[in-house]
Amino acid sequence: MVKSVRDLQDVTIRFAGDSGDGMQLAGTQFTTATAITGNDLSTLPDYPAEIRAPAGTTYGVSGFQIHFGAQDILTPGDVCDVLVAMNPAALRVNLKLLRQGGIIIANTNGFNDKNLKLAGYSSNPLDDGSLSRYDLYPIAITKLTTSTLDDLQLSPKVVDRTKNFFALGLMFWMFSRPMEPTVEWIRRKFAKEPSLIEANLLVLKAGFSYGEATEIFTTRFQIKPAPLAPGKYRNVSGNEAVALGLIAAAQRAKLSLFLGSYPITPASDILHELAKHRAYGVKTFQAEDEIAGITSAIGASFAGALAATTTSGPGLSLKAEALGLAVMTELPLIVVDVQRGGPSTGLPTKTEQGDLLQAFYGRHGEAPLPVIAAKSPADCFDTVVEGARLALKYMTPVIVLTDGYLGNGSEPWLIPDPETLPDLSVTFATDRAAFKPYARDEKTLARPWALPGTPGLEHRIGGLEKKNIEGNISYDPDNHDFMVRLRQEKIDRIAEDIPLLEVDGEPEGEILVVGWGSTYGSIRAVVNRKRATGKKLSHLHLRHLNPFPRNLGEVLRRFENILVPEINLGQLSKLLQSKYLIKTIGFNRVAGLPLSKQDIDRKIDELLGGAA
Amino acid sequence: MMDPNSAANPETPVKYTARDFQTDQDVRWCPGCGDYAILAQVQRLLPELGIPKEKFAFISGIGCSSRFPYYLNTYGFHGIHGRATAIASGVKIANPGLSVWVATGDGDALSIGGNHFIHTCRRNIDINILLFNNEIYALTQGQFSPTSRYGQVTKSSPMGNIDHPFNPVLLALGAEASFIARAMDRDQRHLHDILKRAAEHKGTSFVEIYQNCVVFNDGAFLPLTEKETRDDNVLYIEHGKPLVFANGKKGIRMENHRPVLVDLTTGHFSLDDLLIYDETNPALAYTIALISDNPSMPRPVGVFTAVTRATFEDDLLRQISAAKSKYGERSLESLFNQGETWEIKAQ
Repeated sequence: MVKSVRDLQDVTIRFAGDSGDGMQLAGTQFTTATAITGNDLSTLPDYPAEIRAPAGTTYGVSGFQIHFGAQDILTPGDVCDVLVAMNPAALRVNLKLLRQGGIIIANTNGFNDKNLKLAGYSSNPLDDGSLSRYDLYPIAITKLTTSTLDDLQLSPKVVDRTKNFFALGLMFWMFSRPMEPTVEWIRRKFAKEPSLIEANLLVLKAGFSYGEATEIFTTRFQIKPAPLAPGKYRNVSGNEAVALGLIAAAQRAKLSLFLGSYPITPASDILHELAKHRAYGVKTFQAEDEIAGITSAIGASFAGALAATTTSGPGLSLKAEALGLAVMTELPLIVVDVQRGGPSTGLPTKTEQGDLLQAFYGRHGEAPLPVIAAKSPADCFDTVVEGARLALKYMTPVIVLTDGYLGNGSEPWLIPDPETLPDLSVTFATDRAAFKPYARDEKTLARPWALPGTPGLEHRIGGLEKKNIEGNISYDPDNHDFMVRLRQEKIDRIAEDIPLLEVDGEPEGEILVVGWGSTYGSIRAVVNRKRATGKKLSHLHLRHLNPFPRNLGEVLRRFENILVPEINLGQLSKLLQSKYLIKTIGFNRVAGLPLSKQDIDRKIDELLGGAA
Repeated sequence: MMDPNSAANPETPVKYTARDFQTDQDVRWCPGCGDYAILAQVQRLLPELGIPKEKFAFISGIGCSSRFPYYLNTYGFHGIHGRATAIASGVKIANPGLSVWVATGDGDALSIGGNHFIHTCRRNIDINILLFNNEIYALTQGQFSPTSRYGQVTKSSPMGNIDHPFNPVLLALGAEASFIARAMDRDQRHLHDILKRAAEHKGTSFVEIYQNCVVFNDGAFLPLTEKETRDDNVLYIEHGKPLVFANGKKGIRMENHRPVLVDLTTGHFSLDDLLIYDETNPALAYTIALISDNPSMPRPVGVFTAVTRATFEDDLLRQISAAKSKYGERSLESLFNQGETWEIKAQ
């Protein structure tokens, strides 16, 4: 039969099943095919906190969401157009994310009595009419997979593991994606097991043909390429981008990279990625705890490496004392905090912006340091390179904030020409006659970096207060007051070295939406949409948080209402209020989820209505 | 063959004296503190090692002993409480060409820094850890430490300490440190020899040094250091030699797999009956270290264990050079272009 083809601007698909159903794999394969098609995209995996929760349970559901389109895609999508549900629990957990009229592809073989009971269904939702508001496609995916592989005499377990590729093949057909990248991947992945190559290819193609041949589906969709900037792209997650950024920064600084890190969700992937790159001279040190992660990095920095430590909230708490040591010894250090739901163990696999004030103030004594934040997965690369620039130029620890959503989410990354990255070369002290450990660069106030091994520059540093210039221990009250102010002044001066803010939209007016970090995509999407309908509002995004760009106060004062959406109870709001003595309106939802566009939209309407 | 990761460089012999390693800082330990003796021995030892002065890095944590780096004219880092071994690990991994030392105390290394201590030992990072053991928290003015004796009255144990103490040698053995020794501040020649062996050992060297705190735990080691009593109370263990002490009058032999003290003056036993020490046998080290806690036995000092195994930093460098020879020198361009890439053409 002839199938009609419909053009769509953008689509959000969610693959959902048991942890063991291979939904993450199906999702990443779909992502690669979509990227190669030239669509812009944004993805977000949604893992359960348990590694292998009991099969069929709602808390064992693993999801992968991809939003792609023919236009600029800023978020992984609040609501889905398509839900692939491999079992009742996946349906139960994710149905609320599906828009009315959305497509459900359900594996009927997963909807057995046991699984229905586990998911809390008293009758089968595929049969009882409860899904009538959706476009439901019940398909016997497991059975179709099994019959496809009948002749290969594989174990039932192996057969069951390939059923995700049936669903993937069907999605490839439905959304007109090329299968070649996945075919290539299968050949590479199972190079040593030819029977698995054959099995996976057969099932993938069976899924594709099923869409083409059966009469169930009358329509397939196509999404035209997005007008992306020309160049070469690859897909990166935020955690990968951090790792690449660290290696790039080290090479641009002509230093070797040292990572001291302790595994923690959701930051561990940075450690994994860097551990792969020994060929780039990367030294990864999986420390015995978070404290050893940062203190080993401080030691490596003392010895002349570009040193970094990566963590999440609980780890940042543990590193607080050592951060003070890095402030006091004035050594360059990059601390990446992939924020997660807190306090305490909180929501390890969920996202939050709860660590901003800790990054600013979470140390004893006056211990200022630069804080910057990434706005998207790909932006994690540039943000980390900027973090390294500040750390090396100002001889200071820097905190780079990302979050679980950025770390695990992915998007296309326009691969930069390495030569266009900033030159981060450093000059080590070598001059015996002139050397003083706490001498100051006139402009940056940075002290010299003198490496052990340099003849004649033997000196001692440490956590005790030091006399400026000479660097000997000093208990002098006036010196301490002087040094406290000097360390603050050094960080404050960074404001002279970062770009002035530019408002997106009208330079002044009724509403300015101010954001930082991962809420960038949602805010920008909403503001764009509102402006397209003739509403007047502007958006300001902050990458540099400490110090703030020097025109921030002036920009804020040009607007009547300052709306600050955050995934916390108003931490940026507090900082803006106290520094600029202005009123801000918070929009705060701390649900472990990215802020939804709908919610921000509603809040803006409220403001516009209220202001009218 | 010359070890590329060794700080020693025989091609450019350097002649130093102890004075070259002194700083202009006033030493601020209490008069009579055992730390002075240890500092003097280290200052005397460093010129003998054939290592350029700029290649030494002394790292410390917090405590009286951790002021050590300020009094040595080398690169130094006075860290935070308990973290010296972790900082030193980073220094050594970042630059394996340095000779890295840690000056630490019983509270710093075994209490707040116990975790870093054991993990440094097991990784066998080539650093020298000098543990100044005075069996007390001195800088905080007199609380019991993890090596204070059971029953000891201190400011925080007025009715007697009910914490069972660590035996630091046993702890290091459990963590499989490749070099473990014990020395005493008052026995300068022996201390010097032990420090020298520690310096020359490749891998984590751990030296427990009994150090007298004149203010808060004075005389803790008196029976081991006083002329009148030391011979009867101290057993100097040496590789390949029988375990004999008390001027040759007493010894240790093994009976039923247990060490027993025997009298060599009665004619029943001779030197040939005594246990011959073997520093390459950690099981033996454990057995002998255990007698430290037995009041009827002498206190063993000397090298308990000296074994060879790969260091962390050498393995790391091996992986780096293996990866480089497999993939060749890599450019950022090749890094960025790994995995699936696609081209968007100008429209």
